Amino acid sequence: MAEEEKPPAPAPAGEKTPDKAPEKKAAAAPAKPKGPAPVDASGKPLVANLSNAVPGAVVAAQEFVGETTVEVAPAKLVEACRHLKDSESFAYLVDLTAVDWKQRTPRFDVVYLLHSFKRGNERIRLKTRVDDGEECPSVTGVWMAANWMEREVFDLFGIRFTGHPDLRRILTWDGFHGYPLRKDFPIEGIDTGAAIYPDRYPEGGGPSPNDPNRRTVS
Amino acid sequence: MSDDVSTRARADHALDSGTAARTSTLEGEPLLGLHEMELNFGPQHPSTHGVLRLVLKVDGEKIVSVRPDIGYLHRGTEKLFESETYVMGIPHTDRMDYVAAATNNHAFCLVVEKLLAVEIPKRVQVIRVLLDELQRISSHLLWLATSAIDLGAMTPFFYTFREREQVLDAFEEYCGARLTLNCMRIGGLPVDITPRFLQMVHDFAGPFLKRVDEYEDLLTENRIWKKRTVGVAVFTTEQCVEWGVTGPPLRATGMAWDLRRAIPYECYPELQFDIPVGKNADTYDRYLVRMAEMRQSIRIVNQCLEILDKAPAGEFKGKVPRVIKPPAGEAYACVESPKGELGFYLVSTGGNKPYRMHVRPPSFINLQALPEMAKGHLVSDLVAVIGTIDIVLGEVDR
Repeated sequence: MAEEEKPPAPAPAGEKTPDKAPEKKAAAAPAKPKGPAPVDASGKPLVANLSNAVPGAVVAAQEFVGETTVEVAPAKLVEACRHLKDSESFAYLVDLTAVDWKQRTPRFDVVYLLHSFKRGNERIRLKTRVDDGEECPSVTGVWMAANWMEREVFDLFGIRFTGHPDLRRILTWDGFHGYPLRKDFPIEGIDTGAAIYPDRYPEGGGPSPNDPNRRTVS
Repeated sequence: MSDDVSTRARADHALDSGTAARTSTLEGEPLLGLHEMELNFGPQHPSTHGVLRLVLKVDGEKIVSVRPDIGYLHRGTEKLFESETYVMGIPHTDRMDYVAAATNNHAFCLVVEKLLAVEIPKRVQVIRVLLDELQRISSHLLWLATSAIDLGAMTPFFYTFREREQVLDAFEEYCGARLTLNCMRIGGLPVDITPRFLQMVHDFAGPFLKRVDEYEDLLTENRIWKKRTVGVAVFTTEQCVEWGVTGPPLRATGMAWDLRRAIPYECYPELQFDIPVGKNADTYDRYLVRMAEMRQSIRIVNQCLEILDKAPAGEFKGKVPRVIKPPAGEAYACVESPKGELGFYLVSTGGNKPYRMHVRPPSFINLQALPEMAKGHLVSDLVAVIGTIDIVLGEVDR
């Protein structure tokens, strides 16, 4: 994954390439002994090719600890993945997961990590922002491997994937309510009753609201 | 028979002719045909290596489709990472792939070290690689024992567990634990190695190649073993890449891709070893690849011992801050675990706990290909297929 830091290539007549790359890079260069710092990577040929081939796909791109991360618009995600797989030989989908940024407005980041054997084991990370209740396009049509990974994200984060052939819970059981990896899910877990009957049990478990022995705080 | 239309037509016919149409117990599954039967394989079946439930649709003895049902061991490890400091997260990794704890610890530490940008002393790297390779051998030995038992060969179990015991004893001497090792720390190791540990590894490594010959004597040319494994569950390079399958199943297709060489970490670039590959991509080749990997691992162990014999005591920690607070950002680090690519994806916001720690478990991804691999085989071959993927359910379910 050790990609040599190429100077940002002159931006081809692309649309979405921000031209402030050089000064950011200069600022980050002496910071090396302190710790890694993100560097704008929209000038990298790979990213530039992507934004040329799929106009409007690349929202931002940065390089951090030797890893390239490209933020992709959700509407262009599948097209961008197709391009990366077919034209740039990123044949292997390493990982697919999500991150919950509870306070942010598009709440979730769905994160894809791609690997290319032909490009000397180069890797690229794609990110797309999805809000709570929004659907994310499925990439199962591009890589078979995405099937269970998307099911896992659906199960633990509650992000639905449009076009997924078999979107069911995978790690928790059928009939479970709640999405464990969301930041507002309690770390202790929830009561089994509450997991099955969320309407009859209070959130976070405990006895039913109809239970005469139920004690409340107030 | 397998396509939905004919299945439905047959079921309709069965309904018309007074035979009750049988529906699958699973939601969303098409009706079962007249000759089809649903069979629950697991979750308490001994050959599923844990609690894996497979819902099979069989036509006679032939497998029409397989539907894995996992999650029985789900403990929310990723959630636990978020609630505890970085150092407290390491013991949780032991419990994922519980037969290869060292590589799990290693991958966890690597990703944090990547964000912290700490320099790992050479001697620490060598000890880590030594532990990793011992772990790989013990994991492959366990795999060999159990998958041979699944296919009816009892004897290899007694042979391999003799050597596995030696490895576990060495681990016990090093860190006090035999299985859940917790043997690495961010920036280094918990304790230094002892001369007794080195001696134990020497005692193990010396005759080990002969021991591998013994296992191969039992199985490699064994007619029953070959009948059960040759040509079973062929999975080509293209299929492996498409399904994200890594580790020995990928190498058995002839593709020499190993993270220790592809994306090198620690001191692997300075060590001499080969990447064994197979040719036919079947269960037998996967067996051969794992046997050859053990031989290569012992080569690495011997090189590490050579270095450590010259420096039996010394530093075992890099320069890390007392409170571990990686800078805000994200990183992914991976190691070649005995099962394939084991990766950790860390998102830090600068606090002393990970904001998000995701595991890319090789078993989970490799298991996904099981329905593809098992399709068209006999029910008895399914046992061989589960064995050949080498899954650990603790890692699948996390």
